[in-house]
Amino acid sequence: MLDPHVPPSRTPRADPSVPTAEQVATLSPPSATTPPAPSSAAEPAGARTLLGTAWLRIRRSRVAVGSLVVVALIVLFAILAPVLSAIEGQDPYTSLTGPDYLDGVDTPGLPLSYYRYPSTDHWLGLEPGLGRDIFARMAYGARISLVIALLSTMVSVFLGTVIGAAAGYFGGKVDMVISRVMDLFLAFPHLLLVLSLTPILQSRLGGTALDSGSLLPVASLVIILGFFGWAYLARVVRGQVLSLREQEFVEAARAYGASRRSIIFRQIIPNVMGVVLVYATMLIPTNITAEAALSFLGVGVKDPTPSWGQILNAAQAGNWYLSDPWFLAVPAGALVITVLAFNLLGDAVRDALDPKSSRH
Amino acid sequence: MTGFLLRRSAAMIALLLVISFVTFSLFQLGPADPAAAACGQECTPARVAEARVALGMDKPFLTQYADYMSGLLHGRMIGAPGTETLCEWPCLGKSFQTNEDVTAVLERALPYTLSVAGGAIVLWTVVGVGLGLLAALRKGRFTDKLIVGAASVGVSLPIPVTGLLLLLVFVSTLDVLPFTTNAISSPFGAAGPGAWFLNYLLPWVALAVLFSAQYIRVTRSSMLETFGEDFMRTARSKGLARRGIVLRHGARAGLTPIVTMLGLDIGLLLGGAVLTEQIFSVPGVGFTAVHAAQSGDLPVIMAITMVAAFFIIVSNVVVDAVYAVIDPRVRAA
Repeated sequence: MLDPHVPPSRTPRADPSVPTAEQVATLSPPSATTPPAPSSAAEPAGARTLLGTAWLRIRRSRVAVGSLVVVALIVLFAILAPVLSAIEGQDPYTSLTGPDYLDGVDTPGLPLSYYRYPSTDHWLGLEPGLGRDIFARMAYGARISLVIALLSTMVSVFLGTVIGAAAGYFGGKVDMVISRVMDLFLAFPHLLLVLSLTPILQSRLGGTALDSGSLLPVASLVIILGFFGWAYLARVVRGQVLSLREQEFVEAARAYGASRRSIIFRQIIPNVMGVVLVYATMLIPTNITAEAALSFLGVGVKDPTPSWGQILNAAQAGNWYLSDPWFLAVPAGALVITVLAFNLLGDAVRDALDPKSSRH
Repeated sequence: MTGFLLRRSAAMIALLLVISFVTFSLFQLGPADPAAAACGQECTPARVAEARVALGMDKPFLTQYADYMSGLLHGRMIGAPGTETLCEWPCLGKSFQTNEDVTAVLERALPYTLSVAGGAIVLWTVVGVGLGLLAALRKGRFTDKLIVGAASVGVSLPIPVTGLLLLLVFVSTLDVLPFTTNAISSPFGAAGPGAWFLNYLLPWVALAVLFSAQYIRVTRSSMLETFGEDFMRTARSKGLARRGIVLRHGARAGLTPIVTMLGLDIGLLLGGAVLTEQIFSVPGVGFTAVHAAQSGDLPVIMAITMVAAFFIIVSNVVVDAVYAVIDPRVRAA
């Protein structure tokens, strides 16, 4: 990270409420919400939650705030896809072909130069070959790519937390069985398995007919990416829970007669949320990349449904990216910016929530 | 040490057996009907039934699994009664598409994957560890920030993006490198090492960009952690030269996480550099897997999954053993 200043996480107990030069420099009015306190140790217990502290730390890093803004803009872009396309006056499925739009002589299918590049009619130009509006496809594609990444991350995080917590808390035979299953999941070559199981799952869920525009590939990607992404988190959560279980506050809860359910949900789970959140932020860009990779390989989201990986696939298909590099630049640029923003945000969240993490 | 290796090897064999069983179940009992896939496009119910017999799918599931596994010990006959053909040892079944032994398919593909993986591993280890070490030594200065910033971008570059960009720039626009359609399997072939090198340079770079970035991050943070440890302070207070401290004391302790990572990545890559091989049309294991998955060639994709899992598990054990050699603290555990 290009973060120039030493992050507060260097000293885990550093007082998070004293405004720094960076904080003043950022857009937020810090002193209004966080009056300087003498020291965090002097604060009443529970005054600052884990997330509250983390939020303060994140706000103090320019890189973190920047990446958060970029992520927010991308999410907004996806949510507003129909609105933005309506303002543009285009939709992601209409093909504009014929000599008015596409070249028919030198490179058949290549959009005429006015339509190849951004213009007021087509904000990101036209797709070569099929003559569809790239901006509308990118906007609707952002929805699909992000939905797949977010939902599959939620599936993995849910499975990983619950399974890991169960293994750590119950121990003994339960732990042994779960740990072996985790080993098994971690030893499987994920990309190969996902690659081969996705078509199988798709044909099972929806028969052989590939209805155009169906959400079936989306669902199967969510299931498969989600189902193969939980094992690593489960292992981490298990380790955390193993040590939490023995700590005094859990002992105390047990002593005053808290039920097992209450101990798991009120004492243990809130204490592993930090690790879980860090992992979840890092899993999102991984899943965005995975969706792009699978759709690029032709087993994920398929034409005409747009996703960023599918658009990348369309750029490679028929070697369009060689005659129309712009058509490669758009999805590639969007992917890199999005993954970079999520990665930087993930780093910031980790630094903020996990002070022991080995970044200096 | 011997006991440690024996224990780990026994666990490894058990895990491999479980993996082979799970993979077999996923593909055989899984949603797709292998017989329909084997029989192809124009398929009548009668022909599906024939195909089921030919594939041995009329037998109970456990018998099928036992048959499949016995093929690893000796050759066996596969096919419809009367038209069986020998699948030579070690038999992993026959391709639905070409009726070729899957083992032969893998043997043909593996040298290409080795070529892609070998060069890429060397490249990213040198670049990643080198730059990571440099960044750690220059911590907080401009060089460090530049390297760390580049690494952040590097880990965010998906292989399809890097790969297509490299092809666009170096093959199409500048026309300085060949497009690897006629990939050469080894530097010792008829074309010689020069052609081999040029052929694989772009795939290596595509992989190395992503992996170097990860190695830079891990090397840097691990070295910084090591620099802060007591034995480093002792070495410094003994008045040893900075270079000597870094290389002799720091590198040995600080690079152990790299050994782990490298071992696991090698294991992962031997199962096929799927995206890289696909983009650069290198007919390796990953390329074969993509095509088998697209055409529903179950025996091939199943065998590749098992072989890849095998590499991953073996690399895990090797990493543990190497770890025990370089870090004596592990052996006691």
